[in-house]
Amino acid sequence: MRKSTYLARTLLISSLVCASQAQSEVPSAEMLANTCVGCHGAQGNSAGPAIPSIAGMGAEYFVQSMEEFQSGERPNSIMTRIAKGYSDEEIAAMSTYFAEQVYEPATQESDDAMASNGAKLHDKYCEKCHANAGTDAEDESGYLSGQWGPYLQYSLTDFIAGDREMSKKMRIKVEKLLEDHGEEATQDLIQFYATGATEAKQ
Amino acid sequence: MKHFNRRSFLKVAGSGVAASALAGTSTFSIAAGAKNVVVVGGGVGGATAAKYIRMMDSNINVTLVEPNEYYYTCFMSNEVIGGNRDIGSIRFGYDGLKAHGVTVVHDTVTGIDADKRLILTTSGASLPYDRCVMSPGVSMKYDTVEGYDESVTETIPHAWKAGPQTELLRAQLMAMKDGGTVAIAAPPNPFRCPPGPYERASQIAHYLKNNKPKSKILILDPKTKFSKQGLFTEGWSKHYGYGTDNSMIEWVNGDNGGKVESVDASSMTLGGEFDDYKADVINLIPAQMAGKIAKVAGLTGDSDWCPIVGNTFESTLIPNVHVIGDASVASPMPKSGYSANSEAKVCAAAVVALLNDGKVPQPSYVNTCYSIITPDDAISVAMVYGWDGEKIVAREGAGGLTPGGEDRNDAMRAREVKYAHSWFNNITQDIFG
Repeated sequence: MRKSTYLARTLLISSLVCASQAQSEVPSAEMLANTCVGCHGAQGNSAGPAIPSIAGMGAEYFVQSMEEFQSGERPNSIMTRIAKGYSDEEIAAMSTYFAEQVYEPATQESDDAMASNGAKLHDKYCEKCHANAGTDAEDESGYLSGQWGPYLQYSLTDFIAGDREMSKKMRIKVEKLLEDHGEEATQDLIQFYATGATEAKQ
Repeated sequence: MKHFNRRSFLKVAGSGVAASALAGTSTFSIAAGAKNVVVVGGGVGGATAAKYIRMMDSNINVTLVEPNEYYYTCFMSNEVIGGNRDIGSIRFGYDGLKAHGVTVVHDTVTGIDADKRLILTTSGASLPYDRCVMSPGVSMKYDTVEGYDESVTETIPHAWKAGPQTELLRAQLMAMKDGGTVAIAAPPNPFRCPPGPYERASQIAHYLKNNKPKSKILILDPKTKFSKQGLFTEGWSKHYGYGTDNSMIEWVNGDNGGKVESVDASSMTLGGEFDDYKADVINLIPAQMAGKIAKVAGLTGDSDWCPIVGNTFESTLIPNVHVIGDASVASPMPKSGYSANSEAKVCAAAVVALLNDGKVPQPSYVNTCYSIITPDDAISVAMVYGWDGEKIVAREGAGGLTPGGEDRNDAMRAREVKYAHSWFNNITQDIFG
């Protein structure tokens, strides 16, 4: 998996180089990122509470997210409109910029008891794909631990409602989680992620 | 330091003297040969530009000249007027900029000596610049309404620059009796924050509905349409009975005499084309033009606004002077806070490149603008812009208004409020942090 990620990135970068040689009119990655950080925070670390941090996000996941916003496959009021304003080359440039930034877990309150239960739930249902409590960019999914709670809430709501498509693996795990523990379990998960912990085992 | 000639030596020496005198300290020093940028105006555009120039090239000396010690953001000031936000939360100082190495000078600019490249101030300072960034915001065209001048704003606030005017309007609303009338006179195009008057009406309606439900809001408008109109009126229908006999908000458009021609503060009356309108609280938002210094400096030419080249924001009238934010003509970008922030970054990159003899970078711009109708319902408009080699162009197929219209459910409406507040937290950090 790591190897394919590396390969994909190499391809991405080389296609970027070709694109920029072909047409010199693509703004620099920094110039493009400057249009994002007014809403997503310095280097992509959001001041919250509902706009997510995108610093350190895996480049593949960044590109995938933007493509899904463009197509409307992933729902969001503002990003579905903004993503359509950028070309593939521009999105690739942004993705490499944000992948290079350092993710800073958000400082937010959490309920200890719920977070403790959430840690166990994460370990059982989520950790396999979202390693280190969902703070490993190599997993090519959004950061979980240290991400803003309201954003995670919206995401889980959309996934569970079927408004946003889950991968098959995720769907099976989420269905099992809901079957075993009910929808309240998602609140415990969110409280755990609010702690900013980088591992679930306690 | 590349080319050190006698002229630049004199300039640098001169700048050292002026800056030291101004800072009132002899510890201030400027590296020989370093370039000087003077930023005029510490609002959204100016503060962003000053910070970003320093972040992009810490060898450039940046001096920000701003009369006030604090800036109150216009965005979210309508929430203060509606009682949903404390004025302290929209107040920002300049310590963040100082930490980036920006020299902040509290003074008022009185003119530009374009030949000698000097910024002149009230205190008598003359600040040398290699490049100047002007972000003077807007000034009010008091002479467009009979009986109106700046002194009238002490009883009839425009509250179109946030701060004491915002607090005055809030206090007047709180003091008003139930059953009173609030008149909002909206300005003609173009003006700062196109959806602002209508968000303000929404915020005031929310306050009145919960506290003084027999009261009415009258929007007097010289225009026949306005920004986000469909979304606003949909929201007003849902929350404030708009379109019914019992509507809290009434909009009188330009075809129906909505243009305000005169004001009488003693009788609290606005004179329209056909009728006079008496109200208990009046918020007269007059026609606007570029901030006063822009005209004085010759940056507006024969118009009210400053023509610029859109990839550098350099004035087409005065070389080496850039104009950003509401004062500039950056259409199709609107006169909004996010536009000013985005323009400032493009301008900063251009200024840094030009001072380093580099190629002006290809720009990218964006605007995102939220309007809050109730604490649980907000709407937005967004657009991504590019540069086609000659002008700023909106990206085809992108941007636009909050989708869904009345099909938006309550959860979607509430999310937009949360996004609006997150937008505020991040953009203010980006500007002043």
